[in-house]
Formats: sequence, C-alpha cells, structure tokens
Amino acid sequence: MSKKFFNSGQHWVWLNAGAISISIIMVVGLLLLIAVRGLSHFWPAEVKTFEVVQEKETVQVMGEIHNIEDDIQDGLERKQYLLKMGNRDVYGLDFKWLDVKSITDTTVNEDAIVVERREWGNLYGFLTSVTKDGTVYKEDPEALQDIIERALEIHGEIRDIETGDIGAINYAMEQLRLDQRLLELDDELTEEAQAELDKQRAELQEEFLSYQEQLQELYADIKRDTAQFTLIGGETITLTAGNIVRAFQPNQMGFWAKLGHYFSKIGEFIFDEPREANTEGGVFPAIFGTVLMVLLMSIVVTPLGVVAAVYMREYAKQGPLTRTIRIAVNNLAGVPSIVYGVFGLGFFVYFLGGSIDELFYPEVSPSPMFGTPGLIWASLTLALLTLPVVIVSTEEGLARIPKSIREGSLALGATKFETLRKTVLPMASPAMMTGLILAVARAAGEVAPLMLVGVVKLAPTLPLDANAPFLHLERKFMHLGFHIYDVGFQSPNVEAARPLVYATALLLVLIIILLNIAAIKIRNNLREKYKSLEQ
Amino acid sequence: MSTSIKDTTRKLLDQQTQSGKHKRRKINDLLARYGIAVGGMSVIVAVVLICFYLLWVVLPIFKPASVELEKDYSWSQQQLMHLEVEEYGEIAFGLGANGSMQFTDVETNQPIADFELPQQQNITAFAQLDLKGMMAISYADGSVQLLQQDYAISYPDNQRQLTPSIQYPFGEDAVSFADTEVTLLNGKMWEDGLLLAGVTNDNQVITKEYYVEQSFLGEGLELDEANSATIQLNFKPEYLLATQGPDWLYAIGKQGQMSAYRFKSGEWKLQETKQLTQNGVEVTQANFLLGQVSLMIGDSNGVVSQWFQVTDEDNVSTLTNIRDFKLSDNPIALFIPEVRRKGFIAADNAGEVGIFYTTSERLLEQFSFGQPIQALSINSRSNKLLVVGKDGLANTFFIENEHPEISWSSLWNQVFYEGYKEPTFTWQSSASTNDYESKFSLMPLSFGTLKAAFYAMLFAVPLAIFGAIFTAYFMAPKMRSMVKPTVEIMEALPTVILGFLAGLWLAPIIEETLVGFLLTIILLPIFTILFGLAWNKAPGSIRHRIPDGWQAALLLPVIVLGTVFSFWIGEPVEAWLFDGDMPRWLDANGFNYDQRNSLVVGLAMGFAVIPTIFSITEDAIFSVPKHLTNGSLALGASQWQTLTRVVLPTASPGIFSALMIGLGRAVGETMIVLMATGNTPVMDMNIFEGMRTLSANIAVEMPESEVGSSHYRVLFLAAFVLFLFTFAFNTIAEVVRQRLRNKYGSL
Repeated sequence: MSKKFFNSGQHWVWLNAGAISISIIMVVGLLLLIAVRGLSHFWPAEVKTFEVVQEKETVQVMGEIHNIEDDIQDGLERKQYLLKMGNRDVYGLDFKWLDVKSITDTTVNEDAIVVERREWGNLYGFLTSVTKDGTVYKEDPEALQDIIERALEIHGEIRDIETGDIGAINYAMEQLRLDQRLLELDDELTEEAQAELDKQRAELQEEFLSYQEQLQELYADIKRDTAQFTLIGGETITLTAGNIVRAFQPNQMGFWAKLGHYFSKIGEFIFDEPREANTEGGVFPAIFGTVLMVLLMSIVVTPLGVVAAVYMREYAKQGPLTRTIRIAVNNLAGVPSIVYGVFGLGFFVYFLGGSIDELFYPEVSPSPMFGTPGLIWASLTLALLTLPVVIVSTEEGLARIPKSIREGSLALGATKFETLRKTVLPMASPAMMTGLILAVARAAGEVAPLMLVGVVKLAPTLPLDANAPFLHLERKFMHLGFHIYDVGFQSPNVEAARPLVYATALLLVLIIILLNIAAIKIRNNLREKYKSLEQ
Repeated sequence: MSTSIKDTTRKLLDQQTQSGKHKRRKINDLLARYGIAVGGMSVIVAVVLICFYLLWVVLPIFKPASVELEKDYSWSQQQLMHLEVEEYGEIAFGLGANGSMQFTDVETNQPIADFELPQQQNITAFAQLDLKGMMAISYADGSVQLLQQDYAISYPDNQRQLTPSIQYPFGEDAVSFADTEVTLLNGKMWEDGLLLAGVTNDNQVITKEYYVEQSFLGEGLELDEANSATIQLNFKPEYLLATQGPDWLYAIGKQGQMSAYRFKSGEWKLQETKQLTQNGVEVTQANFLLGQVSLMIGDSNGVVSQWFQVTDEDNVSTLTNIRDFKLSDNPIALFIPEVRRKGFIAADNAGEVGIFYTTSERLLEQFSFGQPIQALSINSRSNKLLVVGKDGLANTFFIENEHPEISWSSLWNQVFYEGYKEPTFTWQSSASTNDYESKFSLMPLSFGTLKAAFYAMLFAVPLAIFGAIFTAYFMAPKMRSMVKPTVEIMEALPTVILGFLAGLWLAPIIEETLVGFLLTIILLPIFTILFGLAWNKAPGSIRHRIPDGWQAALLLPVIVLGTVFSFWIGEPVEAWLFDGDMPRWLDANGFNYDQRNSLVVGLAMGFAVIPTIFSITEDAIFSVPKHLTNGSLALGASQWQTLTRVVLPTASPGIFSALMIGLGRAVGETMIVLMATGNTPVMDMNIFEGMRTLSANIAVEMPESEVGSSHYRVLFLAAFVLFLFTFAFNTIAEVVRQRLRNKYGSL
C-alpha cells in the first residue's frame, strides 16, 4: 500500500499541499502577531512589586513585566523578566532584567500609580500628596485627576497659541522678509516700501509680544499645582501638573475601567501628536501626511494613467511598436522603487525644484524652497511609480469590453470620442478604480523612495494649515511606513518604542488590507459583469 | 413627397438633439483624438525618459578630462625654482633661482607684487612644506629661510578680491640648520610641528624636528628644536622625501637606488634598501602623492610608477610597486601631485603633458605643449593649469576633470588601495580626512544584492511553486477561492513591516532557536509525508468525510504542531551537538555569526517574493487546457504523472517567467535588506553573515551625497544597474510569457 503511495507520486502531492499550508500559516501568523502585539500595547498592565536579592541585599523594584525570556545557558535553565520600571530620570534606564530565581516575593500593590509624563517617560510609584492652588491634599487621587485636567486644558491653550497664533506670526514675518528680499533683488526697495514693511513688522512684533505675555501667564499658571510621589526605593519626586499627561492606578481598575482606558489610549494614538522622540503619544501627523501624499498622488496619477491607457488601447495602431511599449510599461511596474526615488531626487527635486526656485523664488536663496525634498516631489515620484499599475489595470478593463458595444454605439452615429465617453469609459470605470486602489495601496506602503524625496522623522508643521495658501506643497511630511522604520531602528530607546511600532504597523496593515480587499471585490464584480456581456 | 417628410423629420430631430451639430461633434472628436494621442504619447515618453535621465547623470563619470588653452603669453621671470597657482586660479606665485618672488595675475599676465628675500645670499635648495603655501629655502651658509605665501581675501563691493603677500611666520631671520651648504632640501609642516631634512655635499642627511608654538610676545609663531639626527648615505641622493610626524624618509639616487628610513625613538633606522628602476633606467622625478603615502617615481623611459608600503602578515612593510603610468618614450621631466585628490600631472622633456589618476589607473588627457617645460602648476580646485616653457612661453589651460577617480576598473575590478595588503573589492565612500582615497567598488554591493536574492529565492521558490502547483491543480475550488485572496494580501504587505519584523522580532528568535529552526526544514517535509501516508491508510469512513482537494487544510495543524515539536527538541539537540549555543559554536569554529544575517533576510524577502512567484505560476498551471489533462488521465496516467509529464512542461515558460519576475523583485527590494542586515559591504557567501545591497546602499548614502559629486553619480550608476537588472529579468519573462500565450492559442 505504501509502495503504491510513493509510486503514484502521492507523497509529492502532500508535499505540495504542505507548501501552501506553510504559506498560509505564515501570512495568518504574521497578521496575528502584528494584531496581538499592536492591540495589547494599550491595555493597562498590572504593576507588580518584586523583592529581589541583589548582591546579598534585598531590594524592592516595581514595574510592568514587559517581556519574559526563557534561556538555557551552560545547561541551566534561566528565566528572566524584562521589567519596565520607568522613572528614567532617577534610574537612568527604563528597563531592567530580573532573574526569576533572585525574586523572593511578588506583590500587587493596590495604590501603585502610573504617571505618563511629557518627559522622562513613565513614573511608577505612589501618590503622597497633591498641592492644588496652595491647599495640600494627602494621598487623594481625585485631586490629582483634577489638577491634571486643569493642566491639560491650559496646555491645550498654550499649544493653540504657540502653533496657531505665534506660528502664523512667524509665517507672516518670514513672508515679509522674503518680500523685502524680492524688492531688493528687483532694485525696487524704495524708502516708502521699506517703511511699509517696517510698519507691518512692528505690528506683528507687537502682536507677538502680547501673545508672549499671555504665554508667560499660562506657563506660570500651569506650574501652580504640583503632585508629590514616592518611588518604591523611597525617593520622592515632585511633578508640576503641566508635566503630567495621564495618571492611573491599574491595579485598582476593573474590566470596564480598563476598557475605557484602552480606548482613550487608542484615541490618543490616532489623534495626538508624538511625544518623546516619537516613542510615546500618537501618530496623527504621520497618518495625515500619508493620506495627503496619497491623495495628491491620486490626483496626478489617475488622469495620466487613464489617458495613456486609452491612447494605447483605443487610438494607437496595434502593431509591434505598441506591443513593445506595452511590455516596457509592464516592466516598469517591476523596477525597484528605490530607482524611482533616485530619479525623483535627481530630476524632480534638484532639477525641477531647483529651476522653480531660480525662476520664481529668487528671494529664498540660499536656502531652497522647492529645490529640497518635499510633499509635492514625493507625490510626483509615487505617481510615477504607480503609473504602470493604473495603466495596466485600465487597459485590462478596456480590453474586456466587448467589441459589439463599441460597434453598436458607432452604428448609431456616435463619433469615436462620444462612444468612448458615453459607453466605454463608464463601463471601464471599475477597472480604473481597481487600478487606483491598488496604486494607493502600493503608495501607502512604499517607504524606500520617500526616504529620498521628502519624508522626515518629525515635521514641525503639517503641510496643511491656516496660513495662506493653506496647502504647503514644499513642506516635508511624516509617513506611517517611515515612522515604523525610524522609530524601530533609529530611535534611541528601541525597547520602549517597540509596542508603538507594532501599533503603527497594525494601522498601516489594516489600511492596506482594506484597500486591497476593496480592489479585489471591485475586480471580481467587474469580471462577473462582463461574463454576461461576453455570452 | 416622401423626401420632404424625411427632410422635415431630419430637421426637427436636428433641432432637438445633439446629433445635428455635426461640425462641433467632428471638431470635438478630432480634438479628443489628438489630445489623447499627445497626452498618451507624452506619458509614455516621460516614463521611458527615466532610463535616459539616469544615464545622463551617470555618463560624465566616464568622460575624459577636457583641456582648453585659455591664454598665451610670455613669463617675465627666468629660471623658475617654484611655481604655484592659488586655489581660485587667479594668481600665480613664481620663485626665481636668483631669489626674486613675484605674484602674477594669471588672467592678464600683469605682475601684482614683487618681493625680495631678506637675506642676500645664493639659494642652494628649495622645499615646499605644506599645501597652505609654506616654503623653505636654504642659503649657501646652511641656514634655512621659512616663508609663506599669503592670500588675504576681502570683499569690496561684494566682489572677491585677493591680495597676495609673503609672510614670515617665524620671523625674517633664517633658521640655522647645517654648517655647510645643503644641496637638497625637503620638509613637512603640520599643525604643531615642522621637519626639515637636507643633504650636504658629503652625502650626509641632516634632519631637524621642531615644535611649532605660539610665541609669548605678539601673534607670531615660534620654533622650538625637538631633536636633530643625521644619516650617512653611501650614494649621492638626487631626491630626498620625508613624511610628517616624522615617520618615513626616502633617499633616492639617480640610478634608482633607494634607502628608506623610519624614525623611531629619536633616530632614523634603516628600514629597507631597494633598486627602484631596472638597469640603465634613471630616476628623473620623485615626489609624494597627496597624503604622503604613495611615492611616485618618474623615470627616463617616460613611465611614472606608484609605490607604497605594504605590510605583510608578520607586520613587515616593504615598498611595493603598485602600478605604472606610461606617458611617452621621453624621460619624465616634471611631476606635480593634485592638491585635493590622488591625481597627478606629469610632463616629459619634450613638452608632452599627461593628466593621470592613480586609483582608477586612468590617463585622463594627454596633450603637447610643443617645447620643453621648466615649471607647471595646477590650482587646488584642479581647474587651472599654468605651464611655463624653457624659453619663457607661458600658457594657461582650463581643465575640466570632475570625476577622475571612477573608471571601469575601479568600479568592477580589484584595486590596490593605499594602506591595504592586497588588491581588494571595497566600498567605502567617505571618511573624515581630506586626503582620503575613495573606494567605489560596486562589486561588494552587487555581490550582496545577488546573495540576498539567492537566499530569498532558495526559500521562496520551493514554497511558491509547490504551493502554486497544488492550488492550481489539486485544490478544491472552494478552498482555492479562499487561498488566492490570502496570497494577494500577502503580496500587498508593505515591505517596511516585513523588514521591521525580520530585524526586531525574527532575528533575535532565530539567534535563540537556530537549531530548532533548522530542524523544521528537515522535519516538516517528513511529518507531511508521514501524515499523508497515515491518511492514505486510514479507514475509509474517516477519509471520505473530507473530499479530495482539502489536503492543505488538513495539514495546517500538522505543520503548526511539527514546528512546535521542532523548536521543542531544538534545545536538547543544541545542547547535545553545539554546547547549547549554536551561534557561539559557529563563531568558535570560524563561521562568523551576525544576528541580522542572510538567513533572516532570505526568510523575510522570501516571504515578500512568494506571492509574486505563486500568482504567476498558478495562473500558468491553471490555464493549461483541460482537454490535455483529461486525455492523459484517460490514458491511465496517475494525477501526479499527468502533472509532471503534461501540465508542467506546458506551463514551464510561465513558471520560468514567474521566477524571473520574482528574482527581479528580490534584487530591487530595499527596506527589508536595510532593516534586517547590518549593511556591511562584505563579500562572503556565509549564510550567517550580512551584506549590503545596491538598493540599501542608495537609501543609506544618497541623502548625504553632494549633488554632482562622483559619489552622487556612482549612486546613480548603482540605480541604473538595478534598473537594467530588473528590466532585463522582466523583459525576458514577458517575452517568454507572450510565447506561451501563442502556444496555447494553437492548442
């Protein structure tokens, strides 16, 4: 029987089946890994207190278990906890390896508090007292929440003034400087013009000073309340309310409280700006940058791709030349993305951008405006990169439309263009959509070319703001994919940033999978539709 | 009657509908036709232009230097001892044998300023001490005058203006150096030191080292003698060359005898004596190249040879001939090194001038001055050459020589770099020092690219092709409709995520459980076959519950359990065979183990390549006409026999094109390699070591390279090479696929 099994090649069939099983397990496993790691990051972990024997002394440490490592060294099993103990300002490091054998006692203290701070990472400790407007409250978590709430409000106001109002003034000042430089270059800087510029500048300066005063008040106000904490080692730390982002006592939280905390953390992740060199806080600027870049790219790539496809399929003579072009376009889809990045940097940024600066913005020299990597060049580069995708997909759609439909339209007296506009293109529109969605999915995940043409780890301003002309195409921007690379590999504190990277990866994967599923669905519907037409 | 009704209807219709506006419709149609044609053509042309743009940026690095005669005038000074053009190429400094010093405007040949030496004595020898204009002149009484050319820059009316002068940073008094006349003088000045070396008439070499210090009074500098030493030579040296430090001293005689000394604990030790030329060939020029590492010897055969110290395994260094440059058949009369890079200009005694570069072994340009030359000089920007002939004729040349360091041989062959033990393939584009020799070998990068692609394909090809065969040929349609979207999603996963997981998650895991992982490669196929066998022998009541074509689903738990089992027995096996730690065991046995190595890259990139290969292969197998397989099955062949004898041969061109496209993708992938390897450009096939690929190299170095520099253009060349690689693979694949389509058309 087994001889027959091998003779008929059954074992090969099973091996083939094994290959596809392995592939499926890998994909599913990878998605699960990202999902689990990415989603679990926001769940509040228990804060444990360990009694550890270190060099014959018993020390108490407190923190979250971040990772567990099992290892065999020299034939002995060695289990270690990677403990996130925070308090970087006191201990110098966020993390500590704990040998499980050295732990003599583990307790869960109900009063342990976790404080997320604007600098120095998390604090793990116990609340001793809260000073609110001069009054001292002993061990009162509610008072702590009060002062945090108040401080967050003030912090919001400060940020509005700093980035909104003062940002606008800085922008206007810069515009004035450029205006003056332009007049100088044109030799038109008369005394009147100079006086007018100076007057405007003085007005802005005055406005700036008034905001500055407001800011100082707010800064003084935010420092009014303080909170005092004791660490497990006995050290006391006093924090001003303005330095606290969030404080919670995970060991007291019930399931629903934890769930609430979980969603508020997810909200922070999606809608907030990053803190502490991108290792804490949210990824909003990266989401925004990715979406804006992809939108701009779509605006460029759709008309170009459709026109090229329509020309090749409907107008060009189907000969060896068209066939060669078709092969060439097809092949461009396989050209490495980094090559497009190099082309974008050389041609778009340095050549095109440099020329634009020279011709239209002589006043910005020597610092370039368009002659440096930026949003517009990234969008154009990715448009070029995804052009073959749109062309191929649209062409495929056009090719699937039966000849009889075109002939019917032409027989009724419509011109070629009318046939195209009224019957062919509408019928091919799902194919175009598929192409565009695939292009968007590819563009959203592409990082290598962007590293050359405009993406940065931390952009001070969004490319879209309240200062005319509102959309600043020359600005640099942040991108989810690059965020992953940068935080995961260039960050000074990789261990602390890792959960956030998983969360970012999950977000990116979700976006891309959704886009792809949409494309697959549209394509399948399309196929069904034409199957009936072809019969 | 009937016509009139038709006309009326026509008229009515025309008024009420669009169809009447024939002219406008026709114009619209024409406009659209040409508009779309122009638009479509320009998009396609633009896309094709990428290739030409890359080429356009790359091409200048292979261009020869261009030399253009600018001015032609006569030089007023006689018997030039030294000629030097300052950085901008505007002013030339000439030192005559009679001690006259003159700054001349290179453009107009007008003298700008004249200076006299403070001592009225005969000059016996001259030496250039550094690249900032410091010079030494020895007088007949053995004393040495130190002086410096100085170019003060000012900007009156926003125009750069240079005001040349002669400065005496150590005072106008000559430094006492030797008791008798010195016939040869050499020396070096560096940040805080000065070395003077001279030869007296009785072949004795005198060296003196000084500390250079700020003087207590005023702004000048002071010399403080650190030590002095002498060497007695047994031949008459024609050339004396000392390096800063002091470190090395070379004395070279006319017949090619050379003695090399090394400075150790206050005295010169004879290191080596060597004959530099063959019998009867005379040394006619000797000087250092930039950096004082390479010794350049010009001889009477018109050859300039490059020598430097090569250290062998026992740490003994010997002066070794590295390469020769042939200018003409006449003796070399003049030799000047370039100031900022490792190039040089040589002239023979008939007035033939050649511009060379050492690393790339290039003769960039050769031209004839027409008559013997007494002096020549090039400015430090290497774009202005001043040549003064023996009878006073002077020419200035504009030189365009932007990328001499690149040549076919320096990109693709082994190159003997300064300070190396042997010729190597090396990529090392930048360093902190100015006299650095750039190492632009694309070999380690291309090797790394192919290595990464090789390991990726090793992992991906079996999985993708076997999987595609099963999916297309054996799998139940319902399961197939679930598997295909899964693979499509696998294809869409951003590579930055794969790279991140490979670098931060997979690499540590693999290091930890290397044995377990390697065991899965052996054990999983065994488990699969065993399970298949068991299933085959299982009673029909169980077997018939699952229809044919669902084997893959049955195997899912087997694979998971098999993997867990492999990792579980991995640890004991590791303890038994490799002392509990295979990476350390590998290191101890001469295999370097990096955490982020080719295995990790191969897995991650293989993961990225699998769906590409899978989809195309699956399409090719699935579209094999059904009547072929049915015929084969009807003749009694088993399913597997039908597959291998009928289906696979028919689909083989499709599978081939799948492999090509997969390879193209693996070659160009950037983020995975960037994140999952250490990016060191080594050439080693070891699977446990990393690599640096062309694409990752571009991503790392491009943002830092200066626009238009050689480095920038070489990176463009790397991109162009990648473009060609992938374009070639894809075109082959496409052509093969077209053939396949034609073949099926006939079936």
